[in-house]
Amino acid sequence: MKHFISIADLSRAEAESVLATSEQMAATQSRSIRKLPTLVGTTVVNLFMEDSTRTRISFEAAAKRLSADVINFSAKGSSLSKGESLKDTALTLQAMGADAVVVRSSSSGAAHLLAHSGWIDQPIVNAGDGTHEHPTQAMLDAFTLRRHLGGRTGTAGLDGLHVVIVGDILHSRVARSNVLLLSLLGARVTLVAPPALLPVASGDWPCEVSYDLDAALAQGPDAVMMLRVQRERMIGGGFFPTEGEYARRYGLSEDRAARLPDHALVLHPGPMNRGFEIAGSVADGPRSVIVEQVANGVSVRMAVLYHLLASNAREDAS
Amino acid sequence: MTTAPAPILIVGGSLYGERTADLLIQDGAIAAISAEGESLEAPAGAEVIDAAGCVILPGLVDLHTHLREPGGEEAETVDTGTRAAARGGFTAVHAMANTTPVADTAGVVEQVLRRGEEAGHCDVRPIGAVTVGLGGERMAELDAMAGSRARVRVFSDDGKCVHDPVLMRRALEYVKSFDGVIAQHAQDPRLTEGAQMHEGAVSAQLGLAGWPAVAEESIIARDVLLAEHVGSRLHVCHLSTAGSVEIVRWAKQRGVDVTCEVTPHHLMLTDELVRGYDATYKVNPPLRTAADVEAVRAGLADGTIDIVATDHAPHPRDAKDREWDQAAMGMTGLETALPVVQRTMVETGRLSWRDVARVLSEAPSRIARDTTQGRPLAVGEAANVLVWDPRPVAAVDPAAHASRSTNTPFRGRELPGRNLLTLLRGRPTVRDGLVLDRSGAPVPGERGPLPAAEED
Repeated sequence: MKHFISIADLSRAEAESVLATSEQMAATQSRSIRKLPTLVGTTVVNLFMEDSTRTRISFEAAAKRLSADVINFSAKGSSLSKGESLKDTALTLQAMGADAVVVRSSSSGAAHLLAHSGWIDQPIVNAGDGTHEHPTQAMLDAFTLRRHLGGRTGTAGLDGLHVVIVGDILHSRVARSNVLLLSLLGARVTLVAPPALLPVASGDWPCEVSYDLDAALAQGPDAVMMLRVQRERMIGGGFFPTEGEYARRYGLSEDRAARLPDHALVLHPGPMNRGFEIAGSVADGPRSVIVEQVANGVSVRMAVLYHLLASNAREDAS
Repeated sequence: MTTAPAPILIVGGSLYGERTADLLIQDGAIAAISAEGESLEAPAGAEVIDAAGCVILPGLVDLHTHLREPGGEEAETVDTGTRAAARGGFTAVHAMANTTPVADTAGVVEQVLRRGEEAGHCDVRPIGAVTVGLGGERMAELDAMAGSRARVRVFSDDGKCVHDPVLMRRALEYVKSFDGVIAQHAQDPRLTEGAQMHEGAVSAQLGLAGWPAVAEESIIARDVLLAEHVGSRLHVCHLSTAGSVEIVRWAKQRGVDVTCEVTPHHLMLTDELVRGYDATYKVNPPLRTAADVEAVRAGLADGTIDIVATDHAPHPRDAKDREWDQAAMGMTGLETALPVVQRTMVETGRLSWRDVARVLSEAPSRIARDTTQGRPLAVGEAANVLVWDPRPVAAVDPAAHASRSTNTPFRGRELPGRNLLTLLRGRPTVRDGLVLDRSGAPVPGERGPLPAAEED
């Protein structure tokens, strides 16, 4: 792996390899000294052109726990807010000698463009590009599912598990990456959303599509992933009449959560709109692994950086 | 500044690709055409051009060119744009109105006309804006532009849709008094807010906001009904979907006075090219699906689509070297138009060279009511002539283009054909692919396609 841009670029073996490394990274995080010397002397740039707190902090923690130096380059208060182009920023980072660039952008394809434009040679990690993909989020979701439900599959993947993803699929990079990754790992995926929040051609995707949350929950899924309704991306408006009607049809209420099988998990990539797509009591309830997702995010991002940087370093040395 | 050019005898070319004939060009006109099986003697002092294996066509006419001047000179000027046109075999281009300032007054259209005359590489026919500043709110002074020295007959807000149905109706009615035509950029603005690419399987995967076919088709449907209702002439710019072809076919069967165009890129390219997020492929209307490409080819072949027009839309490199959603829309097209039409329509047997003369020369001039271009190859006609060698095949190299911009979507593609000679009223504007000035010397900077060995 040179870059980590899209789940579509991964084979099942590569995905399982990253998950296995994530387990090793997670194991180190319970030690009293959590910092590993693996990436001493390398510089990771967090290039965040779109506001983000949790993902940026997660990548920063991951890089620091591998002893890399971290430079945070955010839109606010930088040349990006003065209209500097992605190209000029990339050329600058190349000249400064970054060893890897973690990029978050509101533009779909920004990470792909950085990786393939020729402006910069270093490994690129996609930390979310527009409404396209968020591959490390999908990896941490898969990692979380496997930790809890791996005993049911008998494989290194997610074979036979049924995961329901609910909400604003149209604007969700998390959903796109998860559909690809969970199905790659053998899970059955059902998307549930009002029709206007599904892409026109999502029927071609490796998943089932439903407009009926109660029917999907009646199938007894192993996990339910609630997505944030992204009001800021809803160009043109009118995707649903009111928040109340949306919550009644598609919100994960306490009643709905109670109908899930005992072992079923509830996930949310955050940030949550409590009381809208998910009831606060469900988010804080016993099925919820939402806080654990955050912790697992650090381990998974450590694993991704390790695969891109440590393995390259080994090749250079040999 | 000009000298009377020597007579030119074009020997052994194929007239419209139908029969071998010699053409004598003298005093700016076609002086003689040899009869079947005969040849012409070269008069004293005549230059003889060996056109064996070449096709002789009337000079091409583009009804949809963005020359960018005034205001967008970083991307193109009237001079560089008309050089690109001459390279492509065009003897006339119709220059779109979305310049800065907008071509919405007699003064601006006359300026564009004058710049074209100064450049001299081909005729420039200014298109006037329908609404003031392309604002879509108030009709521009169309009659003043029609009555100016530029004699504007085609009006378009291209780049923007005249979406207000009342305004569109009034404009259609207004131009009837001087036999003008409204060339509509069919794009419902509400259905395409923030739109980035054709809405379908690829946009769903790439997470790019969809540009539905219905945003184009609904406007075309409305406009053909309006044109029918008020008995006016409508031209539809760059239609791109199978549904649009169906609607125009239906309208023509009803007798609506509607014409339409397709671009070369919509005849060849699909939305699959967007997968690499290379903004070279970002264009308005967007690249569609393979089924749409097949439908526009079929529509062009059966006459539903009247013409091919380039929508040549040069952009500076910085406008394309960006994230997809921030990049400019548009592609250059003048220098690749006939190669693409040859590849997609002639070599597939769907159009004859006679048809090519119709869709790339005669019909566009007829739509624009320009009686000086798109004329038949006949004795006594002005010598606007293209001698096209369909045999050479070469990879498209934007660095070798005459356009100031390099945003061609055909970069690296092997395309056929070479402009051996183009005559504008008898004067060579292109010879062996090189653009000539009025003295007959290659214009400064003109270097032609690079030899393959120098490419890297």
